[in-house]
Amino acid sequence: MWRSSTAERDGRVPGGEALLTVDGLRVEFATRQGVVRAVNGVSYRIDPGETLAVLGESGSGKSVTAHAIMGLLDTPTVRVPAGEIRFHGTDLLGLREDDRARIRGRRIAMVFQDALSALNPVFTVGAQIGEMFRVHEGLSRREAERRAVELMDRVRIPAAAQRMYDYPHQFSGGMRQRIMIAMAIALGPELLIADEPTTALDVTVQAQIMDLLAELRRESGMAMILITHDLGVVADSADRIVVMYGGRVVESAPVHEVYQAPAHPYTRGLLESIPRLARKGRALPAIEGTPPDPLAMPTGCSFHPRCSYRQDNCVTDAPPRYRIGPTRDSACHYWREVLDGSHG
Amino acid sequence: MAATGEPILEVGGLVKHFPMSQGVVFRRRIGEIRAVDGVSFTLRRGETLGIVGESGCGKSTLARLLMALERPTSGSVRINGREITRARGAELRQVRRNIQMVMQDPYTSLNPRMTVGDIVGEPYEIHRKVVPRRERRRMVQELLEVVGLNPDHVDRYPHQFSGGQRQRVGIARGLALKPEIIICDEPVSALDVSIQAQVVNLLERLQDEFGLAYVFIAHDLSVVRHVSDRIGVMYLGKLVELGTEDDVCERPSHPYTQALLSAVPVPDPRGRETRGRIVLQGDPPSPAKPPSGCRFRTRCWKARDVCAEQEPALQARFTTGHAVACHFV
Repeated sequence: MWRSSTAERDGRVPGGEALLTVDGLRVEFATRQGVVRAVNGVSYRIDPGETLAVLGESGSGKSVTAHAIMGLLDTPTVRVPAGEIRFHGTDLLGLREDDRARIRGRRIAMVFQDALSALNPVFTVGAQIGEMFRVHEGLSRREAERRAVELMDRVRIPAAAQRMYDYPHQFSGGMRQRIMIAMAIALGPELLIADEPTTALDVTVQAQIMDLLAELRRESGMAMILITHDLGVVADSADRIVVMYGGRVVESAPVHEVYQAPAHPYTRGLLESIPRLARKGRALPAIEGTPPDPLAMPTGCSFHPRCSYRQDNCVTDAPPRYRIGPTRDSACHYWREVLDGSHG
Repeated sequence: MAATGEPILEVGGLVKHFPMSQGVVFRRRIGEIRAVDGVSFTLRRGETLGIVGESGCGKSTLARLLMALERPTSGSVRINGREITRARGAELRQVRRNIQMVMQDPYTSLNPRMTVGDIVGEPYEIHRKVVPRRERRRMVQELLEVVGLNPDHVDRYPHQFSGGQRQRVGIARGLALKPEIIICDEPVSALDVSIQAQVVNLLERLQDEFGLAYVFIAHDLSVVRHVSDRIGVMYLGKLVELGTEDDVCERPSHPYTQALLSAVPVPDPRGRETRGRIVLQGDPPSPAKPPSGCRFRTRCWKARDVCAEQEPALQARFTTGHAVACHFV
């Protein structure tokens, strides 16, 4: 058990260049009730071509971290008192806004949960996709339109050449999400951040969108940060997983290892509470209590009020991220017990 | 969860068409949305019937029809043998005592200006004879305790509770009149993952304790499987498959059910590379212009000419009573 430098804390052997590294990031929001520490020392890394799932509930800080990576937190009520976000080794937080803008959209792109509010209702989708090329590549309107149709074809929107003249509200939820994806991949980014991309969609449409994302990744080799609360979606598509709770990373591991044997009580609780066939007719092993109030975070480990492994020191000492395997870590003092499956 | 067999809710040929009109000065009717188009089923005492389907399939309209919040275009809904679709006034109030609803969103379904005590006790204001006024507060506190809330919080407001606690308030309100049937319309889908299991457990415990029958409407198949004795699958206003949980989920026989089940992501990465999945193409057609014959035929890989010509009836095709609306079963 030891604290260590980022690469190791992040649970990976040093060597091999990371695409993006988040290191000790803190984000604070000033609210009328006080300061909310939405992100409280988050570190993770993603390698080129990898799919990293960031799992957490509302208020865990998973989306705020993503917004920080995209540079979308530039409002007076937000402060980033500490941390670095290195993209190919360059700290994005230290860049001037115009340098930042050259990376956003072109090299790191984002897909949001709610495509209807992310698209502009008064422009046709063809114009919105084409705008990517006109602004970033200086193409003519005609050329931009041609590229827009190509992209709409690529994300499987039927009759793209006609539908480019339609407005966002004329598309179904699944088709709108495809339009969002088309805009995100327009400039061939190295990293796509997908923030709950299928949460608002029906399950059969979700399957279509996840298939599309997998296919685009296979073709282009781009890396993806998949932000989700759905353990099924993670199991289907991620290489590695970072579990967040109360503004911190509580567990980080290759996806197969987490599902086989979680090493943090929160992850374990989530996996156990999923309804499965074998549990039919019996009560689900639910995690008791409620997620923490961001204005009154518990002392020590923020999960301790809900934890069945809790000991006295959990109330006072915030656990570091213990390295527990060559590419795994857990922020629990009692990770050995959790990993063994013995109950505390 | 054992059902005692006696039917408590009987739904027969239920239809709800919403008119679509155009024009401001001269409004003309240009068609109708067939939200629910001929749904029949029976719910037995103490049983849970799960209803699954995707957005636009009519499951929420069905819930509103069962609650008599909406009058059907045709068809019947009988509670304990009593027809409710034409009930009015005092008779309607009487019927509603027996059937209550738990809604999806605990943030918008509770009045922010009322205390939790007033919200849970409101049914007693409408049905004044159920509990004498001076005993209401005590009853409300008892109800809060039953759903796992602190009875001392009776004077607090909804915003002082978390999402999961608010859903418990909604459930307590649903229990106030001691109904025999509760319609749960997506009762956990707005809640955080770690809270969903708590609310599912609560609903199951209450069912055992009070012998409730549930119609459990949700899009999350794993939750529906966990709670349901029987499951009905809806597509474009119709039930396409109806049977025991085991029949529908282990031996899905309608192509749509098969596609729906295979689209649910499995929370286990082992074997994901080889897992087969039926990915449906396109979106469901509009309920204003449903396809002729079988409504699923436009997306079905088994469709033949007969599917466009004849509508397959939902009928028992196996000895277990497992009913499927498909020509090719």
